[in-house]
Amino acid sequence: MEVLIEFFSLQDPNIRFVLAGTILLGLSAGALGCFAILRRRALVGDAVAHAILPGVCLAFIIAGGKDPLMLVAGAFVFGLLSMVTMDFISRNSRIAPDASIGMVLSVFFGFGVVLLTFIQTTGFVDQSGLDDFLFGQAAAMVGSDVKVFGGLSLLILIVTVIVFKELKLISFDPSFARSIGYPVKRMEFLLALLMVLIITAGIQAVGVVLMASMLIIPAAAARYWTDSLRVMLLIAAGVGALSGVTGSFISYTAPAMPTGPWMVVSAALIFFLSFLLAPGKGEIARHIQKIRLSHKVAYENILKTLYSMEEEDGRTDRLRPAKELRKRRHLSRRKMRRVLSTLLRKKLITRFGGTPDGFLLTETGRKEAKRLVRVHRLWEQYLSQHLQIAEDHLHDDAESMEHLITSDIEAQLRRSLGSPALDPHKSAIPYDNDEDEPAGKKSGAKAGGRAGSGSQSGKNRRGGAS
Amino acid sequence: MISSTAWILITAILVATSCALVGTFLVLRKMSLMGDAISHAVLPGIVIAFLLTASRNTFPMLIGAGLFGLLTVWLTEELSKKGRIFHDASMGIVFTTLFAIGVIMISLFAANVDIDQECVLYGEIAYVPWDLWIWRGMNMGPRPVWILSLVLFINISFITLMYKELKTYSFSPQLAATLGLPVGLIHYGLMGTVSFTTIASFESVGAILVVALLIVPPATAYLLTDRLHRLLLLAVLFGITSAVGGYYMALWINSSIAGAIAVMNGLQFALVFVLAPKYGLLGKKLAGRRIQRAGSELITTPEPSRH
Repeated sequence: MEVLIEFFSLQDPNIRFVLAGTILLGLSAGALGCFAILRRRALVGDAVAHAILPGVCLAFIIAGGKDPLMLVAGAFVFGLLSMVTMDFISRNSRIAPDASIGMVLSVFFGFGVVLLTFIQTTGFVDQSGLDDFLFGQAAAMVGSDVKVFGGLSLLILIVTVIVFKELKLISFDPSFARSIGYPVKRMEFLLALLMVLIITAGIQAVGVVLMASMLIIPAAAARYWTDSLRVMLLIAAGVGALSGVTGSFISYTAPAMPTGPWMVVSAALIFFLSFLLAPGKGEIARHIQKIRLSHKVAYENILKTLYSMEEEDGRTDRLRPAKELRKRRHLSRRKMRRVLSTLLRKKLITRFGGTPDGFLLTETGRKEAKRLVRVHRLWEQYLSQHLQIAEDHLHDDAESMEHLITSDIEAQLRRSLGSPALDPHKSAIPYDNDEDEPAGKKSGAKAGGRAGSGSQSGKNRRGGAS
Repeated sequence: MISSTAWILITAILVATSCALVGTFLVLRKMSLMGDAISHAVLPGIVIAFLLTASRNTFPMLIGAGLFGLLTVWLTEELSKKGRIFHDASMGIVFTTLFAIGVIMISLFAANVDIDQECVLYGEIAYVPWDLWIWRGMNMGPRPVWILSLVLFINISFITLMYKELKTYSFSPQLAATLGLPVGLIHYGLMGTVSFTTIASFESVGAILVVALLIVPPATAYLLTDRLHRLLLLAVLFGITSAVGGYYMALWINSSIAGAIAVMNGLQFALVFVLAPKYGLLGKKLAGRRIQRAGSELITTPEPSRH
């Protein structure tokens, strides 16, 4: 606790620098990473981060020493060059983008290694620590670094906000952007420029490999929480900043611990939690949805079974015992009990105890069951009429669709089919009495023919319940 | 007695051949970066093996690395399926996280771990001749040569045994699945050989060279042919020429051998990229011009009628 207070009181100027640096890095890398992920260029960051090495070495050779500005400039030039090369290769040949990323990464880095050994053997004086540039030393950040860093991050964030709309468009639909006259190429170049900037700056803090992850992980985590790019950018930036804080805090409490890797691990942890817990898209939420849906399917099927029993013998007042239901729908005793209690709770069926013990559809239950049978048969009719699917293939598809068709879709189906009276198996499609009369009635089908058509449906239909 | 130059060349050629063979399928399957991912993600495996055996013995490290290589493949696959994110992003998440964990483990056990991320990832092929395998007091030659020969043997047998399956799978996994081929087995078999190749090679030549040799020669060959067996042969050829050429280039400019081989790969690719008859820049341009000319001739000079 004491350490926590000590850390967040920001007394130590060193903490302030490191914290500011990592937060800024997390913010801007997180935000930019969203575009990289959406444009399926997640690993471009990795390649650029590696490809920077020859630039650093050349700058060192030209400047004859470790002039920080020259090193950054060299890195920047080669980063951009690698971006352009990757793009050029995959645009002008049959080589897939992933292969061109890998080639640029390894060949550029190999060239860098050659230059590095050249520098070492030629005996430049202060060449040692040149590769620190690549492996990163967040804890060694000083005031001037943070100023450069802060300026860069601020620049990146401002540019992103200004051209947000354009970037959004080229991330989701570049051909549309091109067709309405957006300067797509220029925008892509701008995005590449920003990426190279943040990578050049970030590498010195967290190193090559971990820089790539700061571009990918926060953005991927943010994707689980939202469908809006604006919100995704904000969340990703937040995740990046938070992992920056965690990383610096851990390396502050345990000085042997490196900041960069802990940043990555905290980001990965946040990603994992998002993957599990995010509402709607998270694993747990999806699992719950799945269970709910399967429960819904089960109780709707029971409703339909009750209804088709009524259709068969034409009696709405006969009690249907649970045993009989289980004969038609193969559910375990426990599941049947759960389903029935849900139906009772929703007041779709009523129970009459004593002997014989059984269930009856309530008025709302019958209406709901009728709706299910109706959409089932409408869907079958639709499939056979519009898609010419053979009669014996219709049932299974409709069996799953009936649970998903909303009233909107139902209305559309009826409009497109003209509210037919019969489905392809010649069973009557039950409409609610208070609605318009089905169009097919003109052709002779009796309005009160529910019982009559029920026996028909019994003949045509396997299993009874449709 | 074989000279150290020869040992280095043999090692380089073995690595180049193995990598080109499996790399071809990676490039075709659009999973080129798997080698890069594996070579980074195995770091925790190596540290764990080191901690458990308290030595720098190669075999426990290979096993530890192998397990983490397969873990990377599996996690990438599962995350991209279950988490519904693009394959490249899920690969990026998995390998960088594992690498970060590896670096943390190294600093955690810094006192009793005598390795660092660089020495693991940037092996140096120049030291191969001195990494000898002494068996029952006999000098059997450099250990990496034995391991890499084994890898090459495994790769060649895998590819010859599964040639048809691999061919179908790498051009169309969907077709392979509908034909009833064991797609999962092929995929994990391929990924297993990729991990094994990567791990065995990067220990002696460095991670970056493995990535280069896995991707660049097959990609170069891919610009020259449409047939799988030619693709494999050409990839091996390009791998070997770059290995040999790179070695002599390194001697000439006195630089890192691995780096020079990677540069050689790049040069070869650039050359083919420009000159390839069908898929190269010039070839395409010429073909485009020919079509244009043919088209304009058709339009401007109709057959003169003589009647």
